[in-house]
Amino acid sequence: MEQHSDTFLDNASEALKNTGQAERRDKIALFASQIRTAAIDSFEGFDDLRHHVKKIRQHSLDNLDYYLSQFEKEAVHNGNQVHFARDSEEFNSLVLDICQQHDARRIAKGKSIVTEETGLNSFLQSAGLNVMETDLGEYIIQQAGETPSHIVSPALHKSANEIRELFQQKHDLGHRELQKTSDLVAEARNVLREHFLQAEVGVIGANALIAENGYSMLVTNEGNGDLCANLPKVLIICTTIDRVLPRAEDATAMSRLLARSATGQPHSCYTSFYSGPRREGEIDGPLETHFVLLDNERSNILSSDYREILECIRCGACLNHCPIYTSVGGHAYGSAYSGPIGSVLTPLLTSLEQSHLLPNACTSCGRCAEVCPANIPLPDLLRDLRHEEGIKKLSAPRWRYGLKLHSWLARHPSIYQTLTATSIRILHRLGRKRGGFSRLPFTSGWTSQRDFPAPQENTFMQLYKAKMKQNNER
Amino acid sequence: MNEQHHDQSPPPQRMRVSLFVTCLADLFRPSVAFASIKLLEQAGCEVMVPLQQTCCGQPAYNSGDYEATVPLAQQVIALLETADYVVVPSGSCAGMICHHYPKLLQGEWRDRALKLAAKTFELTVFLKDIARIEPQRNNPPSTLSVTYHDSCAGLREMSIKEQPRQLLRELCGIEINELEQSEVCCGFGGTFCAKMPEISGKMVNDKLDHALATGAKILAGGDLGCLLNIAGRAQRLGQEIEVRHIAELLSGDMDTSPIGEGR
Repeated sequence: MEQHSDTFLDNASEALKNTGQAERRDKIALFASQIRTAAIDSFEGFDDLRHHVKKIRQHSLDNLDYYLSQFEKEAVHNGNQVHFARDSEEFNSLVLDICQQHDARRIAKGKSIVTEETGLNSFLQSAGLNVMETDLGEYIIQQAGETPSHIVSPALHKSANEIRELFQQKHDLGHRELQKTSDLVAEARNVLREHFLQAEVGVIGANALIAENGYSMLVTNEGNGDLCANLPKVLIICTTIDRVLPRAEDATAMSRLLARSATGQPHSCYTSFYSGPRREGEIDGPLETHFVLLDNERSNILSSDYREILECIRCGACLNHCPIYTSVGGHAYGSAYSGPIGSVLTPLLTSLEQSHLLPNACTSCGRCAEVCPANIPLPDLLRDLRHEEGIKKLSAPRWRYGLKLHSWLARHPSIYQTLTATSIRILHRLGRKRGGFSRLPFTSGWTSQRDFPAPQENTFMQLYKAKMKQNNER
Repeated sequence: MNEQHHDQSPPPQRMRVSLFVTCLADLFRPSVAFASIKLLEQAGCEVMVPLQQTCCGQPAYNSGDYEATVPLAQQVIALLETADYVVVPSGSCAGMICHHYPKLLQGEWRDRALKLAAKTFELTVFLKDIARIEPQRNNPPSTLSVTYHDSCAGLREMSIKEQPRQLLRELCGIEINELEQSEVCCGFGGTFCAKMPEISGKMVNDKLDHALATGAKILAGGDLGCLLNIAGRAQRLGQEIEVRHIAELLSGDMDTSPIGEGR
């Protein structure tokens, strides 16, 4: 995965400078949270369902080897080929091999964040293949040469105007102006339809693998996944090993949480199950189907203290409700996964050294955990990563030592109280007239954005002790 | 966990309360602690202030320095565990004691942390739900236009939402002029605001905009961290909105200057 998380602060700063985009992000965030709330308020069993699904996810992960083997056996029985990839390189090579076995030149691709993680597109393209994204959002960012800014809505950062300009640049439009949003959608549909018909291989993702029958489940709103799956001769389903669930009804239970949490819909427009290649007597469907299942550190995460992150169902609610994500947008995170889920997952998939700023992009406000349909304690996991950051001495020394000094002082009340009494008195004298400071030593982060309010005259402890003494003397 | 003693109406004997002042009230705004004492006494409590208190350990804990936090948490537990009740004028410090100490500690210390958690309450929750303070009329005048910032830890860890609003109604006759997106973080986040100042600046600016849009004269809240952040931003921009802790308003203390205003 190409990654720029080490420059998170610069990326964020750049993003904040574009005030038009920042305003759009605020509006989208408000809208996303309103439609989620409306969907969940009108669905009584949400909390029960989320506990139910959490138990199933935990059980599946506890017995991942068992359910993966069962899935593999059933999927093979249905005529699929199942491949396991240890890392991104193996994964990309496996997909390329399949394409080359069929002399494929054109690939029609459904949305798959896993293939963003592995960098599949650029890998296939550098081998001379023509890869066309067919999810509208993915298609837009592919045309623009950008990466997704959201795990569910990859082109969330693009306005209709920007998309119009993009199409004017990239498509041969003649005199057509694409004034309405529906014109833009129709334009993309026309271009993509041709590609669906010409592609030799379809590549799609999966929201769940079902162990009991060897099927995979995919939810989409555009139906492009089904066209990718059914029109080309060969279908490749790409996902990660942690997506497996025991039964079909577990997958549908999860999908009821997913759609409501992601887009406020009771169901996605399309919920599809893929069983395998075309059988004798059937008139359509692929002739050959493959599952390529990526590990890429997930086995290690499973045996770590961060295993709950594997219970994520990729709804994007934590992104939509994170005040940091909605302030700076997804690109600032420099990773395929952004927002709170990305800030946990990215360091685990790559390294904390490259991405230790991400777990710090958190105020512990707890909104992500509140809305997470998988009940993942994201703020706790982020804090645990900050703990690791400290142990590895990746954080700035002035913070590490400053906080150690503060804790030491707080453990020595008489020194602490003497020292604070004096400092507070000085601060008060200096700041009392104006009420605060626009600059103060050691507080540049604070004072770059706001004044430092002056304290009242004395510490409480000083005043309270004096009052006690007075009372005793009386 | 915080359900005990609900059936005492009114409490038969004086409740003995230990006040955990919090480091920000101790250092920046003693008036918050004095207002808390006044309110607790009005609610019929006997208030003690353990003198050896400093800080609950959030700065180190939130930064992930668990090793530095453990001894501090143990110190706070040893200091407060003999109390009948512990009251804290801050949702985040109360959350630290009630939820994070038990997560952080193990074995015997975890049991002691859980016992302390069961009798520790944030101020407005304690006044409203436990001590059941009688409706009475403190200043300030009910004509004041007040908006309220729900601090994240108070809201999500300690379920503080209605209590401050009910108390303002019952003790001051004030109806809150609600600000938009009141449940979104103000951008304080402890060390976050200094580590990622630009993002924090954007967040506090949004919060201030929403507060100003209500036309309220006063912004109240239950956590000094958030209030210092919002007041500091208002000060920087020269915006005239008074920022005060809910305890000050409830106790009728309008003489003390608002946060960040000179005199």
